[in-house]
Amino acid sequence: MKTSSGIRGGSVVPVTVIVLLILVAWYIAAIFMNTVVAQPRIDAAGGGFSNTLSISWGLERPIIPAPHQVVQEIWMTAATVAPWETKSLVYHVWVTLSSTLLGFALGTLLGIALAIAIVHVKLLNKSLMPWIIASQTIPILAIAPMIIVVLGSLGLTGLLPKSIISMYLCFFPVTIGMVKGLTSPDPMQLDLMRTYYASTEQVLWKLRFPASLPFLFASLKVAIAIALTGAIVGELPTGAQAGIGARMLTGSYYGQTVQIWAALVAASVVAAGLVYGVGGVERLVGRRLGSQA
Amino acid sequence: MKTAGFRDFLYPALFGIFLLVAWQLFVRGLNVPSVLLPAPTDIWAKLITSLPTLYADFVQTFIRAVIPGWTIGSLAGFLVALVCDRFAFLKQGLLPLGNLAAALPIVGVAPILVMWFGFDWQSKAAMVVVMTFFPMLVNAVTGLQASGHLERDLMRSYGATWFQTLLKLRLPAAMPFIFNALKINSTLAMIGAIVAEFFGTPIVGMGFRISTEVGRLGLDMVWAEIAVAALCGSAFYGLLTLLERGVTFWHPSYRR
Repeated sequence: MKTSSGIRGGSVVPVTVIVLLILVAWYIAAIFMNTVVAQPRIDAAGGGFSNTLSISWGLERPIIPAPHQVVQEIWMTAATVAPWETKSLVYHVWVTLSSTLLGFALGTLLGIALAIAIVHVKLLNKSLMPWIIASQTIPILAIAPMIIVVLGSLGLTGLLPKSIISMYLCFFPVTIGMVKGLTSPDPMQLDLMRTYYASTEQVLWKLRFPASLPFLFASLKVAIAIALTGAIVGELPTGAQAGIGARMLTGSYYGQTVQIWAALVAASVVAAGLVYGVGGVERLVGRRLGSQA
Repeated sequence: MKTAGFRDFLYPALFGIFLLVAWQLFVRGLNVPSVLLPAPTDIWAKLITSLPTLYADFVQTFIRAVIPGWTIGSLAGFLVALVCDRFAFLKQGLLPLGNLAAALPIVGVAPILVMWFGFDWQSKAAMVVVMTFFPMLVNAVTGLQASGHLERDLMRSYGATWFQTLLKLRLPAAMPFIFNALKINSTLAMIGAIVAEFFGTPIVGMGFRISTEVGRLGLDMVWAEIAVAALCGSAFYGLLTLLERGVTFWHPSYRR
């Protein structure tokens, strides 16, 4: 199962319709869910349908903000503030993005290294693999605060602790996918390499690695998405200094609903962009290797 | 076959024991302060002495949030998948969105849900529902398409209704996918419930205990809580695997 297969030609209309339906439902929900906060003000303004709409969709601290309020908040914090100020959404997105990318790079390297070891050393396959699977049953996001604190007391602060959490989440899909990918060449091809008297290293680089690329990219798409989640959760226990996670936490402390939603939408856009970016690299690599697709 | 099964169990067990011993020797040998990394024996001692607290946290997080949320979320995902299966338009519209949702950092919804449903377990269960919905939707829709054309044609030649085809052919064929989603959801549910506790909680729960004990530098308690969480997660996953083996006994991956 690929994480994101994109929107294919035939489904543009249905997707648009569903998205529009969701938006309409959202606006209607905003009227009813905000009643508690909005009703006194609507009564004070003299009631009426137009007052109901304008007040329910324009509250400063709504229970659920209307979509245009979220867009407005994003525009206000991303476009009208200098990107290096702490008020700017761009600054917070950058903080999260940088630790995501570092964690993703580390996790991918670790994942590939583990997969190569597992494929080549038979004993590791039996002994290490179950523990790699077991390692993911520990809810790492739950230990994130401890890891941040422990690494902090070791003198590691800032980018690296968050990246380590991303790395821990990332390496798993990469290892699983790469073990599958590196073992995907069929025996005929491996036999051919043997008749060429190829060394293990040559088999790895010339046969196994190219054969594993489709598996690698499928895993990377999953990995980069969870790396972002890891980085966001990693920001929660640091006392909300900077990053998308910190925006959410301060938003929830001070009841700034619109700010939470803006951070959420920003995170979603970044996630979609990252997965799309990996897909782009996949197409580039595919073209270099002479794939038809 | 029997001996291979035993070996499959033996190697990882030996490796695990090796890890624990190495951990113990490392901590004791280098005198690592317990604020950084407590030894396995310290964690075990803490675990034994604070069983009532751990049990209360387990009930709050696992029984009240994870299990109901996982059940409702998976069931809802499955039902929507059935509706999608009936109406192709809905499927074409929802499936790309479901795929997109898999890439989104859904844990971010936690502060909003805490605001809507309050500090207690309801908001955590809601978080789990949101997290488990999309994996089940996407997998169930894929699974319902998994049966072959020939088999479906055979059902039609029997004059089977849509419901009969669903019950006797397509649901059984979808089971490996559905169990895949259930297993993915079991780990997602733990994460969702615990992370939602970071955004506000009554004074009980695994996530609450972990974040407060980290603040008090009681790392042995944190590790005890992690051990409980890992045990619950593994047991949950293992139970599902057993159930899967019973339900999808016909699948090639279990053939001997």
